Amino acid sequence: MSAAAEAVLDVESLSLAFGGLQAVDAFSMVLRRGELAGLIGPNGAGKSTVFNLVTGVYRPDVGEVRALGRRVTGWRPEAIARLGLVRSFQNIRLFRDLSVRDNLLAAMHAQLPYGLLAGLLRTPAALRAEAGLGERAEELMGLMGLEARADEEAGSLPYGDQKKLEIARALAAGAQVLLLDEPAAGMNPRESQWLMQALRRLRDERGVSILLIEHDMRVVMGLCERVLVMDHGQKIAEGTPHQVQRDARVIEAYLGSKKG
Amino acid sequence: MRRHPNSLALLALLAAACLAQGAYALLPAYPATILMLCLINASLATSLNLVNGLAGQFSLGHAGFMAIGAYVAASITTPGVDLLGLAGGALAQGALAQQALFALALLAAGLAAGLAGYLVGLPSLRLRGDYLAIVTLGFGEIIRVLILNIPAVGGPRGLSGVPAYSTAFAAALFLGALVLGISRLVGTSHGRALLAVRADEVAAAALGSSPTRFKVAAFTASAAAGGVAGGLLAHAMMYINPSSFTFMRSVEVVVMVVLGGAGSISGGILAAVLLTILPEALRPLQQLTGVDLRMVLYSFLLIALMLARPQGLLGRRELWQLKGRP
Amino acid sequence: MDELLQHIVNGVSLGSIYALVALGYTLVYGNLRLINFAHGDIFMAGAFAALFASAGISLAIGPGLAHLLLVLLAAMLAAGLLGLAIERLAYRPLRKAPRVNLLMTAVGVSLLLENLAQVLFGATPRVFPTVLKEEAWLRLSRDISVSNIQVAVLAVSLGLMLFLEWLVRATALGRAMRAVSFSHELAALMGVPVDRVIALTFCLGSSLAAAAGVLVGISYPRVDPLMGVLVGLKAFVAAVLGGIGDIRGAVAGGLLLGLAEELVAGYVSTSYRDALAFSLLILVLLVKPAGLLGRAAPEKV
Repeated sequence: MSAAAEAVLDVESLSLAFGGLQAVDAFSMVLRRGELAGLIGPNGAGKSTVFNLVTGVYRPDVGEVRALGRRVTGWRPEAIARLGLVRSFQNIRLFRDLSVRDNLLAAMHAQLPYGLLAGLLRTPAALRAEAGLGERAEELMGLMGLEARADEEAGSLPYGDQKKLEIARALAAGAQVLLLDEPAAGMNPRESQWLMQALRRLRDERGVSILLIEHDMRVVMGLCERVLVMDHGQKIAEGTPHQVQRDARVIEAYLGSKKG
Repeated sequence: MRRHPNSLALLALLAAACLAQGAYALLPAYPATILMLCLINASLATSLNLVNGLAGQFSLGHAGFMAIGAYVAASITTPGVDLLGLAGGALAQGALAQQALFALALLAAGLAAGLAGYLVGLPSLRLRGDYLAIVTLGFGEIIRVLILNIPAVGGPRGLSGVPAYSTAFAAALFLGALVLGISRLVGTSHGRALLAVRADEVAAAALGSSPTRFKVAAFTASAAAGGVAGGLLAHAMMYINPSSFTFMRSVEVVVMVVLGGAGSISGGILAAVLLTILPEALRPLQQLTGVDLRMVLYSFLLIALMLARPQGLLGRRELWQLKGRP
Repeated sequence: MDELLQHIVNGVSLGSIYALVALGYTLVYGNLRLINFAHGDIFMAGAFAALFASAGISLAIGPGLAHLLLVLLAAMLAAGLLGLAIERLAYRPLRKAPRVNLLMTAVGVSLLLENLAQVLFGATPRVFPTVLKEEAWLRLSRDISVSNIQVAVLAVSLGLMLFLEWLVRATALGRAMRAVSFSHELAALMGVPVDRVIALTFCLGSSLAAAAGVLVGISYPRVDPLMGVLVGLKAFVAAVLGGIGDIRGAVAGGLLLGLAEELVAGYVSTSYRDALAFSLLILVLLVKPAGLLGRAAPEKV
C-alpha cells in the first residue's frame, strides 16, 4: 500500500457540540484506498459521533468531509451511502422482520434498481434483474457463512450471525468504504478471528477500505495497519498499533478513564 | 418473485369482477348494497394499508382523500354541476359513453387525490411519525371545510343526483387490481425497500434508500387509491355530503386496517367486510337504544386491540401464509 | 383602531385558553413523547363537570367570585381524577409498546370519551349556567370594553401558568418532572418514582385543561360533547407552534394562535378561522418543526 494511494475518506477539522458539550473537537483524518484502520478510545470519546458526522446523520458545526472524491458535508445519509460509504451500527439495526436474504436484497435496492412498473408487470427484464440480485445475495451469504439461515427472520438470528449480516448488508449496499462500529462486540475469540480474516479478505479481494471502531484490542492490534485514538472528542494519537500502544497520552486516556 | 404470468392474473381479476357483478345482480336490494359497501370499504382498507401497514406510518386523514375523489368524480359526471358536470351530463348518452365518462371521472379522482397526497405527504413525512397523524387529521378537516364553502358542489347541502354509475364489477375490479398490485409490489425491489424503511428508517437510509421518498410514494399512491374509492362511493350512494367524510370516517378505515393487522392485505379486507356487516346487524339494536353504537364499537375496539392484541387478526401475514404458527 | 383593540383583547382571552390546554399537551409530551389525543376531550369533561358542579353549588351560593372558584376547583379535581384513570388504564400498560400503538389507544380513548358524553348528556349543546354576571369593567374607549369575564379568564390563566412555572422550577416535583422528561432510565437511576411522576403530570395537565373548560364555559356559554375536538386540535397546534415540550412555548403558541384567529375572523373571514390553525401547523412543520422556542433534538443513533 503506497503512500500515494488516494484518499477515499478525508475528514477535516470536524466539530460538533450538543448543548454545552463538545462531542467532537477539530477531528481530522484521512483514510486511503485499501487501508485497514482502527478508531479507538475510551467510552464517550466521540467515536460513534464521528461516524454519524461522516455518514450524514449529524451535521457538523465546523469542518468538511470528503468521501470518494466528493465533498459530502451536509449530504443526506442515503446520498452518502449511495456513493459507496456505508456504515454498520453499534446496536445492530437489522430489518428484524425481514429474512436474511431480504435484508440483503433490500440493501441492494439503491445500487441496482429496476423500474417499478417493470417489476409490477414482471417483465423479462425485471425477472432477470431479480435473478441477478438473488445471485448476489447468495454470494454474500456464502461469504459471511449465512447460507443456512437465508430464509430465517433476521431478528431471530444468534448475535454473532446478526453482526455478520450487518457487514454483509453493508457490502450488499455497494460499500467501497466500510465504517464498522464495534463489529467484534460480543464475539468469542474464534468468531473474532474469523472476522479479522473476513475483513482482510474483503480488502484483499474486493479492494474495500475499512475503518473500524473497536474496543477489542486483539482485533485492533491484529487487523489494523493504522490506529487513531480519540479522547474527549479530540484525536490524541495516530500511528501503527505498536506506536499507539506506547503513546503516553493514550495510556493516560485509558487509565484516566478507569479512575473516573 | 413468484412468476404468475400477467395473462393469468388478468383473467383472475376479470373472473372475480364478473363473480361480484353476478352476485350483485342476483341479490335482493339491501344485501346488494351491503356487498357494494363491502367492496368499497375493502378498497379503502387496502389503500390505507399501503401507508399504515406497509410503510408503517399513521395517517388519520384518509377521509380527506376520499372526499377529494368523490367530489372531483361527481363534479364531472353530475349534470347540474357547473361546467364539467353540464358537459359531462351532455356527453353521457348511452351506457357505453356513461361508463367511459365514469372511468374518466375515476381517473381524475385518483389523480386529484394523489396530487393532494403528494402535497400533504412531502412536508409531513419528513417529520416524526406522531406529527403525521395530526397533520393528516388536520388536512382532512381542512378539505371538509373547503368543500363546505364551495356552493357549486352544494356546500353543506351536499351534492345529490350523482348518477348511479358504480357497478359491483367496477368495484371488484378496482379492489382486485389493488390487491394484485400490492402483493406484487412486495416481491419487487421497491417493495422490499419500503418494508425495510418500515423496519428501520435509519438503517435504510444508511444503506442508500431515502426513507422520505418511499414514504411519500406510498402516501401518494394510497391517497390516489382512496380517491378512486371515494369516486366509486359517490356513484353508489348517488349523494355526497361533507359530513360523510369526517374524522370519524378516517378512524373507521384505520380501525379496519388495525383490526385486520396492519400490513396484512387479506386481513384488512377481512376486517373491512366484518366491520361493514356488523354495524348492519346491530342496526335494530341501535334503533332500540338510540345510541350510535358504531362509534362506541370502534372506540372500544381500538383500545381493546391495542391493549390485548395490537397485531390484529392476522398480524403482518396474509391468509395464505398462515401455517399454524401463532 | 377601536376594533383592532377589541380583537386584540378577545385574542388574548382566547389565546390564554388555548395556552392552558396547550400546557397539558406539552407536559404529557415532555414526559411520554405522546400526543395525548384525548386531551381535548378531558377539556370537555372539565366543562361538563363544571356545569354540574355549578348546578349543585347554586343551591348555596349565587353567581360571583366564590362560585367561580368552587366550580374551578370541582372541575379541576374531576378532570385530574379522569386523567389519572386514563393514564393508569390505557397508557401505562403500553409504556414499552411501539409509539403508534399508544397513539391509536389515545385516539380510542378520545372517541370513547366523546361517545360516552353523547350517551350520557345527549348530543345537543347545553347552556352553561351563569357563574359570573357579565359586566363591563374596563372602558378602553367609547365602544371597547373589557368585561369582568375576560378579566377573570386572564386572571385565572395567568394564575395557573405562574403556579405551573413555580411548580416546575422551584419544587422537587418539578425537578422530578424535568428529569423524567429528559430520560426515564436516568430519572429512575436517580431515585425518581417515574410512574408516579407521570401519573401526577397527567393529573396536572388534565386539571389545566378542565380550568380552560370552565373559562370557555363562562366566556361562550355553550357546552356540547364534541367541543373538545376543535379546541384540542388547535391547542395542539399552539403547543407545536411554541415548541412542543417547552412550557413557555405552549403559552407563547397559545397566545399567538388566539390572536391570529381573532384577527383572521375579524378581518378576513369567519368561516376560515378553523382552517387557520391547521394551515399554521403545516407552515410551522415545514419551516421550523421545533417550533418558535423549541430546540431540535437530534435523534440518538
